[in-house]
Parts: sequence; structure tokens; C-alpha cells
Amino acid sequence: MLYSEKVFDHFSNPRNVGEIEDANGIGEVGNAKCGDIMKMYLKIENGIIVDVKFKTFGCGAAIATSSMATEMIKGKSIDDALKLTNKAVVEALDGLPAVKIHCSVLAEQAVKSALSDYYTRLGVDPLPIVGPIGVVECEE
Amino acid sequence: MEKRFVYVDNAATTPISKEVLDVMMPWLTEGYGNASSIYSKGREAGWALKKAHEDVAAAIGAEPNEIYFTSCGSESDNWALKGAMQTLAKRGKKHIITSVFEHHAILHTCKALEKQGFEVTYLPVYENGIVKPEDVEAAIRPDTGLVSIMFANNEIGTIQPIAEIGKICREHKIWFHTDAVQAMGHVKIDVNELNVDMLSLSGHKIHAQKGVGMLYVRKGVLLPNLIDGGGQERGKRAGTENVAAIMGFAKAMQIANENIEERGAKTKVLRDKLIDNILKIEKTRLNGDRENRLPGNVNISIEGIEGESLLLSLDMMGICASSGSACTSGSLDPSHVLLALGLVHEVAHGSLRISLSDETTEEDVDYILEVLPGIVERLRAMSPLWEAMMKGENKKVKMMH
Repeated sequence: MLYSEKVFDHFSNPRNVGEIEDANGIGEVGNAKCGDIMKMYLKIENGIIVDVKFKTFGCGAAIATSSMATEMIKGKSIDDALKLTNKAVVEALDGLPAVKIHCSVLAEQAVKSALSDYYTRLGVDPLPIVGPIGVVECEE
Repeated sequence: MEKRFVYVDNAATTPISKEVLDVMMPWLTEGYGNASSIYSKGREAGWALKKAHEDVAAAIGAEPNEIYFTSCGSESDNWALKGAMQTLAKRGKKHIITSVFEHHAILHTCKALEKQGFEVTYLPVYENGIVKPEDVEAAIRPDTGLVSIMFANNEIGTIQPIAEIGKICREHKIWFHTDAVQAMGHVKIDVNELNVDMLSLSGHKIHAQKGVGMLYVRKGVLLPNLIDGGGQERGKRAGTENVAAIMGFAKAMQIANENIEERGAKTKVLRDKLIDNILKIEKTRLNGDRENRLPGNVNISIEGIEGESLLLSLDMMGICASSGSACTSGSLDPSHVLLALGLVHEVAHGSLRISLSDETTEEDVDYILEVLPGIVERLRAMSPLWEAMMKGENKKVKMMH
């Protein structure tokens, strides 16, 4: 598997690993059968993501994309976080092997899933704001 | 702890040994003659190849004219199955018996044959990873022409009852092929004692170079030509011979048979130390039969983590190993071998294969045992699957189906 230096860096020293006890948005995507699960914790204050942590079961790319996604949304507004695309995560990591692109999709969805949870907790329907969160098939 | 380089992926490939390289070198330099040429430089190569056929035949109890050099184990497997069925089809035979956990060189060849109208029975291997000879016998039909069961599995190292299966095939007058690529050098191979009609081997698994393999074909078993052309390999597999590779392979075969039991016993001690100590990590299981396995094979599932991140972490510490995880196989599903044992997908994703060689030292083993628990702990600490398991949330997660 030809990974970039950046992927190795984020795999070996992942940023923002762990949990947030008083998180107000938690999302989990993927499944064990496919070999990757990402869980993302957000602490949002006044529309700003003040803290973010993640836990990932998965391959090197799954861990690296989770790490990169958390870096890209930390300190940003919800609006900015909603604009995060898997493509941007891939570019920030200097590319991913084709078979690993689905990991970046999972990372984008983990963020969206956590944001959906945030709105749900507020009693707001997340669908018009966050949009649908697709299911990433193993076969992708 | 000082970082060291530890290569324990010998089931994937092995380094060329010094003795093999020494045998090869003259044929890569001054011995460049074409073995088909009439002058002395050609004749020298021709005589060398004749000797290589004799030496390789002697190493497995065969006759020199039953040995065909090929480019790899996969080529040998393809030729054996496709060739045999082409011959057998003319005799009204269209059924093949194999097992679910064969190497892809066999399984994908069987799939290709199915598309051509042949029928294949895939025998189960049970939780211990061993084919039952009675299952072979029970699967035999009037139109069964060929049985192909691997000698030792490449992932879990389980050794199959080849002699017993061979006996059954002989009684039923069915051709029997075995892919012995992983067994050579670890288990004694005698084609007559084993009752095999065809047997595949590969050079690079036994410290020869990549790009050379062999198919043993018993006299009386008729295969169509694999490559038409010149008269090389008695006209069956044309193409100017890779003399250096073949000479190295013949030498490697000879070395592979030397002190086979003594070497195996030494490696087994290291293997068992690894198995016993890795199993001390909670939520781990040994895959494949504990006794009937290659002396250098360790295959353990470590729950809650994924194989590729485990391999990358080991690599960062200088350790080269392998996994049955989908991410490392290049396919979408985890190892078909581990699934065949009944493991659930998530457990198969977290497997680790360590394959030792004669060169593996106790220091190497100790280093692995020193490094591995910390890596497992780190990956589990960031795994939501592990977290769910520890909280008992995921009742669904069990190791076996």
C-alpha cells in the first residue's frame, strides 16, 4: 500500500484521539464487518467546534483520515465543518490509494453524523441542515 | 529497547540464501549459453539443466522426466488443473474436488474452469483448518477426474492428510494434485509415499529466486503443452530456460531437505514461544490446528483491532509480518481462509500471521513479544469496537459464526 508521508504521520501520531466526556455531538459510522468504524465527538459552543476527538477501528488510512478530518474542523464554525468534503481530506493527506478513498468518505460522514447528533439533541431536524448521511458499503 | 529489523513473513517470500546465490552466479555471468545450442557454452548449460532435473526429482522421490520447470507456483497450479481437465474431459470427466481454503491460484483456476462447464466441489476445512479424507471420498462422483488439495495452508500453516487423500484417489483411479509450495522444506515430500500425481512447488518460498517454480507430473498423467514452441522441458513448456534460476532452485531444494526434522524442531520452539505468549494478550485466538501446522507458522486473531494498522505499527518497529485483513489482501473481504474456519468478519480483519525461517533467532522472537503488546494496547485504546466490546455493548461480537 503506497501511502504518503502525511498519511504515515497522521497514522503514527494521530491528532485528537480519545473521547470528550461532555461532548454535545457524537457520531459513529462504518461497521466492524467491513473493517472500519469511526466515532467522532464534538464540543460545540456558540456555533464553533471548540473541541473534537475521535476513535477509529480500521486500517492506516482510516486512522489517518479521521485524524486529518478532526484537525480540519477544530476551531471552525459549524458552517465550515459542514463544507468539509472527503476530497479535501484526501488532498490534505497528499492523496490516498484508490482502494482507500472510502476511508475519507467515512471521515466526512463521521463529522456529519456528529453534527446531526448535535442538532437532534437541540431538538432541531438535522436533515435540512446536514443533509442525508449515506451508508458506505464495504464494496466501495 | 533497541529497534531491530525482523523479517517474519517467510510464507510470503524468503531471501535468496548465500549458497543458492553462489550456485546461480556463474550462470548469470560467463555461463550465458543457450542450453539448446550445440557448442560447448550451450552444452554446459544443457548438462546443468539435466542435472537440475535429476536433483529436483531426487528431492521428492520422482523421476527426472517427471519434472517440469515453470515460472512460479501459480503457473504450475494453472497448468495442472486446466491441463488435466482438458485431457480428462475427453474421457468424460468433468468434476473436480478441492477445498474452500486453497490458494487463489487454485480457487480462481477452478472458477475459470467452472465457466467452461466443469463442476467443482469445495470441501470444508472445519474449525481446525484440516480437510477430512472421508469428505474427499464422499464427494467422488463417477465423473470426478481430479482432486486438488494443498499440502500446507499458506495463511494458517495447517498440514493436510495428503497421503490418506492420495490413497483414496488412487483407489478410485482419480488424478491427485497438491500445491506443496508452503510445505517444501518443512515437511518431507515423497511423491510415491504420498500417492500424488501432480505437485506444485515454488523457488522463492525456499530461499531461491522469484520467477522459478516446478510441476511434478507422474508418468501416465497426460497434460497438453503449456507453451508451444521449441523443445524445452520435453516440448511441454517451451521458452529458453532460465538456467541460473533453475540451478539455484535445484540447490535450494537440496538444502530444504537437509536436517529437515532437526531444523523443524528448532523452529517449533520459537513458534510455540510466540503462540503461548501472544495468546496471553486478552481476546486473542490461534487460527488453525495447534499440532498439525508448519513449524514456522503463527496465525492469531487479535480482537478489536484491524490488521493493516497492526502491520503498519509493527513495520514502524522494524518487524515485517502479514495479516488476513481485507485492507492488506487488496480485496474487499478479509481472508477466505479465516472465514472458512468460521471466524466472523471483524475477527478475521484483526489477524496477524508471523512466519518464521531457519534464520529467525530467539532475540527476534523476544523483540516481537516485547513490542506487540504495546501496539495492541495503543490500537485498542483508539478503537470504538474494542470500547464497545469492553462495555459489553456489542453482544453481537463473537469470534466464530
